Amino acid sequence: MTLRGEAGDRGPQVRSDCWIAVEVGEQGGIQIDLRSKVAGLYGERIETLLRDGCAALGVAHARLEVEDQGALPFVLAARLEAAVKRALPDCSDEFLLPMSPRCEYVSRRDRLRRSRLYLPGTQPKLFINAGLHEPDGVILDLEDAVAPAEKDAACVLVRNALRAVDFQGAERMVRINQGEMGLGDLAWVAEHNVHVVLIPKVEDPEQVVEVAECLEQLVPGREVFLMPIIESALGAWKAYEIASAHPSVVALAIGLEDYTADIGTQRTLEGTESFWARAQVLNGARAAGVQPIDTVFSDVTDMDGLRESVEEARSLGFVGKGCIHPRQIPVVHEALAPTAAEIEKAVRIVRAFDEAQAKGLGVVALGSKMIDAPVVKRALTTVDTAVLVGKLPADWRDKEAE
Amino acid sequence: MTTLVKNAAGRLVPTQINGEKATPYLGVGKFRPEGRKAAPPIRACQDYPMDGNKVTADIKTALAKAGLRDGMTISTHHHLRNGDLVANAVFAAAAELGVKDLRWFPSASFPVHAPQIALMEQGVIHHIEGSMNGPLGDYCSTGKMRGMAVLRSHGGRWQAIQDGEVHIDIAVIAAPTADPFGNCTGDRGPTACGLLGFALADSMYADHVIAVTDNLVPFPCLPWQIQGNNVDQVVVMDSIGDASKIVSGTTEITRSPDRLLIAELTARFCDEVGIVRDGFSFQAGAGGTALSFAIYLRDMMRERKIKARFARGGSNQYLTDMLEEGLVDYILDGQTFDLEGVRSMRENPGHVNTSPFTSYNWHGKGNFASLVDVTVLGATEVDVNFNANVVTHSDGRLLHGIGGWQNCLFAKCTILPIPAFRDRIPVVVDEVTTLCGPGELIDVIVTERGIAINPLRTDLLQKVQGSSLPIVTIGELKEEVEGICGGAPEKPALGEKVVAAIKWVDGTVIDCVRAVG
Repeated sequence: MTLRGEAGDRGPQVRSDCWIAVEVGEQGGIQIDLRSKVAGLYGERIETLLRDGCAALGVAHARLEVEDQGALPFVLAARLEAAVKRALPDCSDEFLLPMSPRCEYVSRRDRLRRSRLYLPGTQPKLFINAGLHEPDGVILDLEDAVAPAEKDAACVLVRNALRAVDFQGAERMVRINQGEMGLGDLAWVAEHNVHVVLIPKVEDPEQVVEVAECLEQLVPGREVFLMPIIESALGAWKAYEIASAHPSVVALAIGLEDYTADIGTQRTLEGTESFWARAQVLNGARAAGVQPIDTVFSDVTDMDGLRESVEEARSLGFVGKGCIHPRQIPVVHEALAPTAAEIEKAVRIVRAFDEAQAKGLGVVALGSKMIDAPVVKRALTTVDTAVLVGKLPADWRDKEAE
Repeated sequence: MTTLVKNAAGRLVPTQINGEKATPYLGVGKFRPEGRKAAPPIRACQDYPMDGNKVTADIKTALAKAGLRDGMTISTHHHLRNGDLVANAVFAAAAELGVKDLRWFPSASFPVHAPQIALMEQGVIHHIEGSMNGPLGDYCSTGKMRGMAVLRSHGGRWQAIQDGEVHIDIAVIAAPTADPFGNCTGDRGPTACGLLGFALADSMYADHVIAVTDNLVPFPCLPWQIQGNNVDQVVVMDSIGDASKIVSGTTEITRSPDRLLIAELTARFCDEVGIVRDGFSFQAGAGGTALSFAIYLRDMMRERKIKARFARGGSNQYLTDMLEEGLVDYILDGQTFDLEGVRSMRENPGHVNTSPFTSYNWHGKGNFASLVDVTVLGATEVDVNFNANVVTHSDGRLLHGIGGWQNCLFAKCTILPIPAFRDRIPVVVDEVTTLCGPGELIDVIVTERGIAINPLRTDLLQKVQGSSLPIVTIGELKEEVEGICGGAPEKPALGEKVVAAIKWVDGTVIDCVRAVG
């Protein structure tokens, strides 16, 4: 009796991916039928990798059929493992390639999270250069971007990507599925330096606690940050409780497609229908001391629309936006940064503040105008942000006021 | 068996090509041609109709009248690109006339010319000297062609005609519009393509010149891009080309985020090293990345009110818009890629048509290509010594012609904006599979993973010091690519047989292509 499983994608339109069919048998060793566009360049190494993979997964006898359109090693390995596990559902072995040193950097609770680039968990070709577009974070998505039948294969691929792909300093995020399935997803990614877990459709602080506790069990003592996403009326109602559910929460995001469906309306460009929910999420996040993050802008061709949308989000108080195309990233960063006029004004206020401090004065004045404490606080935030995004040199205080 | 010797680039190359002696590459600027240029036979106007009507019934009759016989060389041109119907018709007629062993000397071939394979099998065509891709490329790559292919740049083609290396017996020129006297233009008519520069040398040096048109107008056909005084016969066909495959209706800019990133880095680099300044010049081709580069350049120029003196095309709508907006004074156009480009060339005196003679010819007294401040070109591979390949895949299979690529390397700054790898195919490698461009002429490689500057360009290296650009060494780039792809690629297993010679711009042999499995 033979057990068969296949995984991956094939056809002339496929790039940087492969399709692997595995027929596990009882004798004959590993037979490989390889058709690869890089056969002449990497044929031998592909065969070696496939044999190593079979050995790691406890498969001694199998016929492998491979159609390769230039898949990188981490993709080949993931497709093989997914195919084997479809053939042998009880297989619990893993085929792990070495962790790249470029995947071992850490994140920080208070880092910038202006842009987060969604990468569908089944499309490796989108992973490879994602970090080069300099998003603050990349989201390897196991949830909405993955069809139900591909969830298992996405888990393997995302795990391998976390171990192999250099995201160039971007925060490494994974969006897990809802409920039980999501807790299962954690087992695939927790040990592989995931920085942030995005929890979809949160309506109850208990969901956040469950994820946090599950992570604590999987990787004890290692803090994985959490970003709950509010996507329903109930979630919006409980925004503050969710944001403050666990100390690992670093940000609270809103997802408007599902939210507008939930309240029985449609998403408009003006967004009047979601104003309350966004304000609620924003205030819930700020009250809990975490970053408020806005939804995605879904028209990838409309850069002016994106810019307006980000400016509006910024005016409400959001500090981040979801991106579904790399070209959205620079627009988001630019629109979220303080403007030149804002920076200039903030610098003048901070200088006046510094001067008042030096002279031991309790009152800050700019020209003939008195400056209130919250204004100083906002100015300090503005200059800090400007320094962080590179619009103001870090040593601006040492430079003469112009 | 072909004798191979090592040339100045360390490549083994044949000393004989199809029975003729060939000079191995000596290095950039080292080969000194001498003697006098080739010339067409002397003709007398009394042998041509005094009323100027040179129209012949059909191609077959015209070829017979031209004295077609076994072993002759027939040239055609690629300005109708993949829509060309003329070259196939010419060789089909030659087959009907029962001749054998012809040499086809196209300025480039396209997939539409696949029927020529059958004619090679039948012995009508002996071999092709010109760029080959698609089915013809595969036919040649697998060693099935009887003679050796010779790949030349556009400038090298002019050089070969002018110094007698290639003697054209019959030139057939596809003309979107022509008059009975033989004046031709490409800028109008149902199959308008822009210009006919690739056919210009043939019209001047071939023994016999046939113009083929589907839009015969009364004398005079203006502008006379090809002069009727050089033309022997005019043939009218129902259609010389499929307009939809000649020029595109519109040029679309790439949506690939990685290509856009490379284009943006290229433009930023040009800015950082001071290339983008009032009165500068640039060349940008038709590829997605080159086109996006031009758009980033345009935005930069607009913002800072900078004007370019000239741009060399490949023209398309984006370039003609820049001309009309006043961002460039002139477009010096080598070929036109969309309908807007054709319209602009027809209507705008600032949109000037050029030829390989003005821009690329080794035997010219100077070339426009070397006057350009910056040129951006593609490549399939580049190695750690900045040598580049543009004609074969990494597996050794023929992919592209050389086009004007080699000639453009003489610009003041040559940049290759290319991905560091494609899928799992490294582009930055130890040694290129086929050498087309010597590293000393290639100044900068811009990839999504960093910008590598040729160590010979100490001036450029100095200018980027302290800049925020991601400057790396080519070695670092190669290491990174190999890290991602899983080690250095194996060398492709190639056969012994030499299937194609790659000429350098001066006519010497810079490399050759072996048969693939």
